Amino acid sequence: MLFKGRAFKFGNDIDTDAIIPARYMNTSDSMELAKHCMEDADPEFVNKITPGDIIVAGKNFGCGSSREHAPIAIKYAGISGVVAKSFARIFFRNAINIGLPIFESPEAAEAVNEGDQIEIEAETGVITNLTRGETYQAKPFPGFMQELISSGGLMAYVREKGVKNG
Amino acid sequence: MGMTISEKILAAHAGKKYVEPGELINAKLDIVLGNDITAPVAIKEFENLGLNKVFDPDKVVLVPDHFTPNKDIKSAEQAKVLREFAYKYNLTNYFEVGRMGIEHCLLPEQGLVLPGDLIIGADSHTCTYGALGAFATGVGSTDMAAGMATGESWFRVPETIKFVFYNKLKPYVGGKDLILYVIGLIGVDGARYMAMEFTGETIKELSMDSRFTMANMAVEAGAKNGIFEQDEKTLAYIEKRAKRPYTLYQSDANANYDRIIEIDVSKIEPQVAFPHLPENTRPISRVGKVEIDQVVIGSCTNGRIEDLRIAAKLLKDKVVHPRVRLIVLPGTQEIYLQAVREGIAETVVQAGGVFSTPTCGPCLGGHMGILAKGERAVSTTNRNFVGRMGHPQSEVYLSSPAIAAASAVLGRIADPKEVDEDAV
Ligand code: SF4
Repeated sequence: MLFKGRAFKFGNDIDTDAIIPARYMNTSDSMELAKHCMEDADPEFVNKITPGDIIVAGKNFGCGSSREHAPIAIKYAGISGVVAKSFARIFFRNAINIGLPIFESPEAAEAVNEGDQIEIEAETGVITNLTRGETYQAKPFPGFMQELISSGGLMAYVREKGVKNG
Repeated sequence: MGMTISEKILAAHAGKKYVEPGELINAKLDIVLGNDITAPVAIKEFENLGLNKVFDPDKVVLVPDHFTPNKDIKSAEQAKVLREFAYKYNLTNYFEVGRMGIEHCLLPEQGLVLPGDLIIGADSHTCTYGALGAFATGVGSTDMAAGMATGESWFRVPETIKFVFYNKLKPYVGGKDLILYVIGLIGVDGARYMAMEFTGETIKELSMDSRFTMANMAVEAGAKNGIFEQDEKTLAYIEKRAKRPYTLYQSDANANYDRIIEIDVSKIEPQVAFPHLPENTRPISRVGKVEIDQVVIGSCTNGRIEDLRIAAKLLKDKVVHPRVRLIVLPGTQEIYLQAVREGIAETVVQAGGVFSTPTCGPCLGGHMGILAKGERAVSTTNRNFVGRMGHPQSEVYLSSPAIAAASAVLGRIADPKEVDEDAV
């Protein structure tokens, strides 16, 4: 799959309270959550983006809470994927489980500027910066995670394997 | 090659003799936990599978603790989703308001999490149970849904960092100060994807309540889990609570560690984490004059009886500073009752503080003490991110209950020694 969009840059340690503040956690409605995506990091964010745009961030993106509302808010805001120097553990798991494409590439996180046009090929992890004419490589996922991703997330994977709880 | 305690627990639950860091395994779960924020999402996913039961009605635990007693209509609807699910699937361990507590104070107290267990919870501070020698880690709602259905989850076996604490603690230095110090040392991603194993002669002396505090904040260093080996203190704690058998594990002498970090605790002062990251720690002597508007004592980090006792000792016969709101939230109903019996509730109220029913409340900026623009709080909670306790331009300073209580009296971040007449 190929994603294409403008880059929106964020710094290090962007936490889940910045991605979706807890004051909006009294709902699990995806579209409602999307309206407040990144609100405490950039209150204007949802007004600036167009569907397909890409978040490019520093280290430890998504640290803090286990709330899956964070990747959900990003996904339903129309962001096609997140590139970061590194991801916090639970965010990483959640993003894979709900099917938000994420790419770990310190190189891209450094080189990409706000507003650059980015293209990402999900299968190979090749990130192309169309504005600057550069390419970067994201770390490939281990086989098991690729299986999860290609099934369409964890629940689809569980369904595929068949649940044996009685 | 030997194994660490974390590796042994994972291996046992995956039906393997040996596992090593980096390996992906599928493992059986002893407990699957969710709360009023994360469980509604998981329940939706679970219902989509069309099953007529959860893998084990004794092993799925639901605790409505975040926005309860319901703060508004939306949160009432979320709590209702939990309640109805619990009745529909005959869950043994659903805890209603009035019988509940903050999940990570409640589960150990109820004997639901035990040494050697493998636990997932759709809450990042699930790592708290590592204090009992369990492997416990936070996951998201989808993981919870799959866990409720299958009783299994996938794990990447983490590398372990071993922390060896030695020497004697200074007065008013406890578990909170040790863990804040460690996070200051290695940073908020210093243990990303890893296990943090806490050992050493200082740990042997440390109370269970302090150990819970330390394991609780492992996630604040990015860790997958924090863990302690069991000893007499662990066994004394679980003796009266455990309702099922458990297994004790110890790390092998020749286990493999990513790093071993030795810490001389006699050099550690009470710690404060400045906004907006838990790694921005300073010893109390280097805090300077920071005036405050609110003090919160509670949460899954420091809402246990030992925490309330320390706070009450410092508040006794004093009054809260006129400009400060003091809010004390015991972790569970049992702790609440104990605090009433010991006169702690009375001390807080007489000092001019609020003594609340158990809830997460202000810890995540939910209710019961939200900060306005420009306000500052000292809090015994675990996160001081932007907007965590209210307005994006408010500030949270993390500390122990001792610093929090002293600060409530003096109206600025204060060293407990300043209000303790017995201290020289
Ligand atoms: S007390 Fe705070 S950190 Fe603990 S579970 Fe509740 S909201 Fe989360």
